Amino acid sequence: MPKMSGAQALLESLERQNVDTIFGILGGAILPVYDALYDNKKIRHVLARHEQCAAHEAEGYARASGRAGVCLATSGPGATNLVTGIANAYLDSSPIIAITGQIPTCGVNSSYMIGRDAFQEADIMGITTAITKYNYQPRTVSEIPQIVTNAFHIATTGRPGPVLIDLPKNVQSNIDQVKFTDKHNIRSYKTPQPPDPIKVNQAANLLAKAERPILLIGGGAIAAGASDEIIKISDLLMAPVTTTFMGKGAFPENHPLSLGSIGMHGNPAANRLISEADVLLAIGTRLSDRATTNLDTFAKDAQKIQIDIDAAEINKNIEVDIAIVADAKVSLKMLLTAISEKLKKGEGKAWTKRAKEVKEQLSPLLKENPHDLVPKALLSELRKLLPQNGIITTEVGQNQMWSALYMQALQPRTFISSGGLGTMGFGFPAAIGAKVACPDRMVVDIAGDGSFIMSEQELACSVMEDIPVIVIVLNNSVLGMVAQWQRTLYDRRYNAINLGKTPDFVKLAEAYGAQGIRVDSIDKFKNAVKTAMSSKVTTVIDVPIGSETDVVPFVPPGYGLPQQRGDY
Amino acid sequence: MESEKTKVISVLVENKPGVLHSVANLFRRRNFNIESITVGATQQQDIARMTITVNADEKTLDQVVKQVAKQIDTLTVEELEQGNFVMRELALIKVKITSSKERSDVINFVNVFRGRIIDVSTDSITVEITGGPDKIDAFLNLMITFGVLELARTGITALSRGAKSIRIDE
Repeated sequence: MPKMSGAQALLESLERQNVDTIFGILGGAILPVYDALYDNKKIRHVLARHEQCAAHEAEGYARASGRAGVCLATSGPGATNLVTGIANAYLDSSPIIAITGQIPTCGVNSSYMIGRDAFQEADIMGITTAITKYNYQPRTVSEIPQIVTNAFHIATTGRPGPVLIDLPKNVQSNIDQVKFTDKHNIRSYKTPQPPDPIKVNQAANLLAKAERPILLIGGGAIAAGASDEIIKISDLLMAPVTTTFMGKGAFPENHPLSLGSIGMHGNPAANRLISEADVLLAIGTRLSDRATTNLDTFAKDAQKIQIDIDAAEINKNIEVDIAIVADAKVSLKMLLTAISEKLKKGEGKAWTKRAKEVKEQLSPLLKENPHDLVPKALLSELRKLLPQNGIITTEVGQNQMWSALYMQALQPRTFISSGGLGTMGFGFPAAIGAKVACPDRMVVDIAGDGSFIMSEQELACSVMEDIPVIVIVLNNSVLGMVAQWQRTLYDRRYNAINLGKTPDFVKLAEAYGAQGIRVDSIDKFKNAVKTAMSSKVTTVIDVPIGSETDVVPFVPPGYGLPQQRGDY
Repeated sequence: MESEKTKVISVLVENKPGVLHSVANLFRRRNFNIESITVGATQQQDIARMTITVNADEKTLDQVVKQVAKQIDTLTVEELEQGNFVMRELALIKVKITSSKERSDVINFVNVFRGRIIDVSTDSITVEITGGPDKIDAFLNLMITFGVLELARTGITALSRGAKSIRIDE
């Protein structure tokens, strides 16, 4: 058995998991790991400018690639700064490994030990219990390889999620014999079971007989890589397909059967048709409040089938008739075979015709005015310029909901946004992470002025580390989504939403060594996007838009999906 | 809305630090109401048994069981079937004594309830009593008439009836 330090054991264990990049910021309690990185030739370290962004970058990397992303921070404030990023990954079920330094378990100076409130000590194990899938604190060097193997196994299997490894400084620097292993050994961890054939058969019966079937796809379908099976099932049943916000990209939104996403700011056709369906097949979705809007009226005429890898999601928000607790891809393959045996291929269903009608009547994509500098037109133009495999990230707020409505996602893992936690400032670092994972693809962050300034300092990271992405700031000079709520639900009593004309985003970009372009027409916008796409440096495109533009339609809190408001 | 009932869940978990924290934290976060929780060793050294008593309707209980099962360190979760398990709770009760008549009254009650006297002073008696929660409540109500100086209850611990057992293979 080789002898090495805990820090070297950590890095070699990460290499064995094929980690090629770590996003992080150093500090006192993680110095031994950074010292070991000095000699490491295989792992690239990307220096973030804030730990929260390091976690978002790791998540962007994970969601674009499907592999676990890794972030690294020091103890105390380094670790607590990661917390929002870890919580974001937890709520969106993204596999990230967060590694934190911790003050020593013992040492020469016994007042500098875990549990005595030493300098930069934070109980990150306690703090992250509720927002990680699991967390570890190795107490000896020899434990490290097994813990890293287990951590990656937990993060990437079943319902993916973040795992934290808190590494005391003395464990990083101690030297001991180390045995590496690629075998996880967690007897209590329940790996997914194959689908119950009886349930699959029941689901197939229901779907084969359905007159008005609809598919609702969540982020779990993307994690499972189930897009091909979803396309086949919808084609077989001629069933329209809608996604949750997190499911965007699981089904190509330019497919004739695509209805776009449902929800509070969902696509009107999707919100309408899900309420008319007689059988709903929900795949990899927790049926959250933002997707269902009102639990009592959600798809109330439909018999419901739910496929989820997480047993705890069954009947949590919506009671279902048939539940399949298993991997979505495996389940859908079985379901596909079972349906094709039962289905009588007949004449085109009235339901398909109805779906087409509703879609034509209600689709916001068809009503665009190509000349106004409005989000609808801007995003439609962006879609035309961006390659199919181009990756879109978004910030949070109006920019995000406009992206949901108007920016078609055509492939899985090309639409990356903070769905569950709704973290402003997520999109830009996520774009950086996605670009590192997929350096040959275009990556665009659709931002608002409010969100972008929450992680604007990562411009330094993208410039210095040579990670060129495109940021489109839909700049309305207000915190737009809350302004919209104050406008519509609080009688226009605007408070604390005005951002003014500061900063000047062009100068801001230039200050960091990035490229800044301001546009005042659709044509200039198109040119700016083209310039940005051929640029070797990150480009910020500042697009001034009206400050009173609403995201419509809008389902007010408490109302059902079809009760959407607004002129769309 | 379905009525709430007291349910007993028996959970086998890895016997290591942090497990109680993560389960207790889960209950707090999901707004599940714990009546009592007891944790202790099992016949297998590396496994601990948690006996959790919750007040919940069927839907909430379903979520409790699933969420506890989802914890990485959970080996098995079992809802103990109503009437098909044995449960005990232990209470230590320190009772105020002001006369020799009171002392003999308390001793009589202790005998009736098959409790044990584990400490006596000139003006107090400390009683150990085990049984189901109903029995302990009944005894406690009697003691309140004398004056309860201190009370410590362990919460319920329970096992299913018969030879059926959960064993975790190494």
